[in-house]
Amino acid sequence: MLRAAVPFAVVGALWEALAHSGAFPPRLFPPLEEVALTFARLTASGVLPHHTALTLARLAAGFAAAALVGVLAGIAMGRSRRVEDLLLPLVSIGAPVPGLAYAPLFLLWFGLGDTGSVALVAFVALFPVVLNTWTGVKAVKEIWLRAARTMGADERRLFRHVVLPGAAPYILGGLRLGLAQAWRILVAVEMLAAVPWGLGWLIFGAREFLDTAAMLAGIATIGAIGLALEHLVFGRIERYTVVRWGMMAA
Amino acid sequence: MRHFAAVAAALLAYELVARSGWFAAALVPTLPTIAHTLWTMLADGSMERHAASTLARVFSGLALAAAAGLVLGFAMARSRAVERFVSPLVNALMPIPSLAWAPVFILWFGLGNAATVLIVFYAASFPMLVNAWSGARAVNPLWLRAAAAMGAGGAQLFWKVVVPGAAPFIITGLRLAFQRAWIATVGAEMLAASDFGLGWVIFDAKEFLNADVMLASLAVIGALGYLFERFAFGALERATVLRWGMVRPGQA
Repeated sequence: MLRAAVPFAVVGALWEALAHSGAFPPRLFPPLEEVALTFARLTASGVLPHHTALTLARLAAGFAAAALVGVLAGIAMGRSRRVEDLLLPLVSIGAPVPGLAYAPLFLLWFGLGDTGSVALVAFVALFPVVLNTWTGVKAVKEIWLRAARTMGADERRLFRHVVLPGAAPYILGGLRLGLAQAWRILVAVEMLAAVPWGLGWLIFGAREFLDTAAMLAGIATIGAIGLALEHLVFGRIERYTVVRWGMMAA
Repeated sequence: MRHFAAVAAALLAYELVARSGWFAAALVPTLPTIAHTLWTMLADGSMERHAASTLARVFSGLALAAAAGLVLGFAMARSRAVERFVSPLVNALMPIPSLAWAPVFILWFGLGNAATVLIVFYAASFPMLVNAWSGARAVNPLWLRAAAAMGAGGAQLFWKVVVPGAAPFIITGLRLAFQRAWIATVGAEMLAASDFGLGWVIFDAKEFLNADVMLASLAVIGALGYLFERFAFGALERATVLRWGMVRPGQA
């Protein structure tokens, strides 16, 4: 733990030295104590928590829609040949286009603000979820299916007790990727969509006032949330499901 | 053939919606309108110029990221001290989306190419670095010992064993880095308002409600991404790791 702090101390000291050297205007290159002060000020005044809450609400709405539609579509694709034929080409065409390229189109179609940004987040997060769920359902071992059938499982139980747990590691992997992509896109789209609140907007708006300290405080918050989503949320879900079922090593 | 049918069905559905009159024609242009716009932009050379500026930004950022990522990644695999110093920093910076830096970079470096390329560099370096690092660590120690026993020295060991051994990871890193760079470029072009580039065209078209220009540019973005992914990286793989027998064709 202490050892991990060394690089941060070195980089921090370098930053401080540069910021205090007067080589750059302090407005553009604020010393760390000012960033920390701004962070504390924005947190105490409730501005930063409000931005964060709205960003997280958009993320939750977009990601929930993507997860629901994506898992259902992925399962349908894995189970039915016809659905697979219909959806797979569309998904494989849509997936490689950078999601952000759709942003102006979505803003045009759904309007500036929440609807457009949430729709885009959902759309972008959908692809990894669909593709992984589909792969997962296809990857369920044939022998498990046959064994369960021999033991008299009907279709319904086969699905609930074999297919779903069997595909779970892939589905979780897809959800994880989807959430990471949703997060990246959301921050960017908040800058473009001119929403009145949100972390992306906080950073972008601060540019107008040359408030670099506020930008850096916003970026630190974004990084912390990204880290928390990845490690706390998904690490925990994995431990309670696929690791406990012995599908994956901890 | 089946794939073709599904795409044709989707296009047909789109065309029907576009012609139904439910939505404003400016927002949902018909396919012939989009094709016509695409053709006009290709014919007067503007689309080529936009695509060329975008690709130039993607590849400058990617080249910088590859250079920095490979050097640092190999150094991390080689030395515990470097690894201990760099990996906490990488873990802290990686979860920050590259586009979050856009406003800061714009303030520091001004609107235009420098800020855009830096954003792309930021986006592309992490997959490069992480893959070079894991690739170099994944080199079979038996190969290193065998080569050392046959009298290979430091430089030779590095170029003839470590680099080819890590190549499958490095190519995966390049692939991921390219995808990230592509997204970051399009986003950065929208935010850092240059005057050429596919991201900029799409964003600019919004002001004039030119949905046909947006969809035509989207098609170009999709086609370019697909071509690079399919042909450039496929060719790179065939020329290196497949030819060396590092991965089997099915796996690649």
